[in-house]
Amino acid sequence: MNNSVEIKNLDLHFGAVKVLQNLNLEIGKGEFLVLLGSSGCGKSTLLNCIAGLLDVTAGQIHINDTNVTWSEPSERGIGMVFQSYALYPQMTVEGNLSFGLKNAKLPKAEIAKRVKRASEILQIEPLLKRKPAALSGGQRQRVAIGRALVRDVDVFLFDEPLSNLDAKLRAELRVEIKRLHQKLENTMIYVTHDQIEAMTLADRIAIMRGGQIMQLGSPDDIYGRPLNRYVADFIGSPSMNFFDGAITNGAFTVGDLTIPLTGYDFVSGGPVDGAATLGIRPEHVVTGELVENEPIRIDVDVELIEPTGSDKLIDCEVAGHPFRVRMDGQAQVSVGEKLRIGIDPARASLFDAATEVRL
Amino acid sequence: MVETSSVPLTGPQGPKPRKALSRRNVFLYGTLLLITLYYALPLYVMIVTSLKGMPEIRLGNVFSPPVEITFQPWAKAWSEACTGLTCNGLSTGFWNSVRITIPSVILSIIIASVNGYALANWKFKGADAFFTILIFGAFIPYQILLYPMVIMLREMGLYGSLGGLVLVHTIFGMPILTLLFRNYFTSLPEELFKAARVDGAGFWGIYFRIMVPMSLPIFTVAMILQVTGIWNDFLFGVVYTGPDTYPMTVSLNNIVNSTQGVKEYNVNMAATILTGLVPLTIYFVSGRLFVRGIAAGAVKG
Ligand SMILES: Nc1ncnc2c1ncn2[C@@H]1O[C@H](COP(=O)(O)OP(=O)(O)OP(=O)(O)O)[C@@H](O)[C@H]1O
Ligand SMILES: [Mg+2]
Repeated sequence: MNNSVEIKNLDLHFGAVKVLQNLNLEIGKGEFLVLLGSSGCGKSTLLNCIAGLLDVTAGQIHINDTNVTWSEPSERGIGMVFQSYALYPQMTVEGNLSFGLKNAKLPKAEIAKRVKRASEILQIEPLLKRKPAALSGGQRQRVAIGRALVRDVDVFLFDEPLSNLDAKLRAELRVEIKRLHQKLENTMIYVTHDQIEAMTLADRIAIMRGGQIMQLGSPDDIYGRPLNRYVADFIGSPSMNFFDGAITNGAFTVGDLTIPLTGYDFVSGGPVDGAATLGIRPEHVVTGELVENEPIRIDVDVELIEPTGSDKLIDCEVAGHPFRVRMDGQAQVSVGEKLRIGIDPARASLFDAATEVRL
Repeated sequence: MVETSSVPLTGPQGPKPRKALSRRNVFLYGTLLLITLYYALPLYVMIVTSLKGMPEIRLGNVFSPPVEITFQPWAKAWSEACTGLTCNGLSTGFWNSVRITIPSVILSIIIASVNGYALANWKFKGADAFFTILIFGAFIPYQILLYPMVIMLREMGLYGSLGGLVLVHTIFGMPILTLLFRNYFTSLPEELFKAARVDGAGFWGIYFRIMVPMSLPIFTVAMILQVTGIWNDFLFGVVYTGPDTYPMTVSLNNIVNSTQGVKEYNVNMAATILTGLVPLTIYFVSGRLFVRGIAAGAVKG
């Protein structure tokens, strides 16, 4: 077998609260898997189960083809990095890094070697003699990563490691984590609720909701072909525009607007008449000269403009539904103006109105 | 940098001026002063009286400083004052109290901190039930348990001994101390505990290497509570010990309340101050330690 971590029929209940239910997940060797979901959906709980910090209610966890369901956290071959860093405040950085190795009764020389290597990789050598209180947030998080690194394990678990940092530092450390992964080539399971982080880091993303995995796939898949309306709405910022309408005779109709579905790649092969929801990402709406190349063209009134620097977000109305369009930051538009937009159904997403599953 | 130039301003600017003698200040400091006097005056009278000879005291000027300072009352209170039949002063009681307080404090803090740690971090089976019983125990009036405790100690052969009293203090301190430690350990970040488990530390490893070093403030608080509580205890002392093993508070009572001879106010005052000296010192010494513990960032991660 070639899986690093396998989760089989996992249940976890806190008393009457069923946080995880019948969860199955296989993570390949060297894979970077991101668990993404809104707050309270059970991401940390799943990670704690893998780490062995929570007793599972039912099911199994395998790491490197060994059933570790009943093993102690330290025996599972994992290293973990926490959101609050969780550095031992009374120990120096060196003490923090070597604590686990001392507990494992490793020889002194080996400990020194590993601490040296980890601190070189993370560039924290000058900080080794300092206490955590004397470090900045970014340095603390490096030390926390170092503590997982020295353990020389195959699986790294990250629980929102960057969410306590400011935006700039977060972007920097994100790149560093990605580099680290390329260098070490070990399995990483990374919890976040920041979708940019998820998109940039992941080989595969698991979108979670209410303790269940809504979609598991590559960032491209999740962004381009969301399996259900929840994922479509969750991923992408600004979020997708939705139209609640119906499919009739192979075309989508909403209000007085009819959108022919030529070029749309149906999951089930072809269009079936019935109530449906059409989703279009604001960044997939075309404006300017290129509009005329698009299959569908609509004239809208500009109601509101939100400049973000690189982009301008235009709020308008299409077929009685609020609609957002992303334009270039340099585009010249003003409120009240008429704007011509173009849409390509091939890039849109269609969902069944009742089940919210992709059509 | 954006260029800035100073513009001349008119009208109110900068900090708002405050009058030193505002009505608020007069009221505030006046009250504080009054309260300070209220507490300091008795202490002053005690110290002054304890340094006077009996003839001077008979003149009746309670507040006047001693004309002739004498330490004889202190010496007498320590080693000669009579408690009923024997005339050994407070010294025996002092050493008894020391022998009671030190083991009781150490024992109760060790047991309670481990209890609190186990309750806070290792959610063992029946932990909640155990905790409820313990909290319930904190609310049982001591008086109810006095006599059952006498029987228990007698059966164990500890009645009347210092060991018996140590046991009693340890048991009675348990509910409140355990609660104190549990709440403190619960307030420490849970991720620290998780990190230590991933790092392979066990129950005792985490306790000694992670929890205890982070808990100096709460250990200090527990120590202050226990030392003063046990040192000042009178009821348990008088019930569970005999004349040879009376703690200092009981000796003090016996000196001050002895009915024979003239009332030696100076000796009584000196004896009282001597008895109160230990808790007082503890407050002064560990109060500072306590503040330093917090200031050193022992609490935050
Ligand atoms: N000890 C507990 N007892 C009862 N319920 C709990 C306990 N711990 C967590 N939960 C519940 O389990 C659910 C999942 O919690 P979890 O911490 O895994 O969320 P999360 O996805 O990590 O959220 P966040 O992004 O906010 O960290 C939440 O609804 C939470 O209320
Ligand atoms: Mg979480």
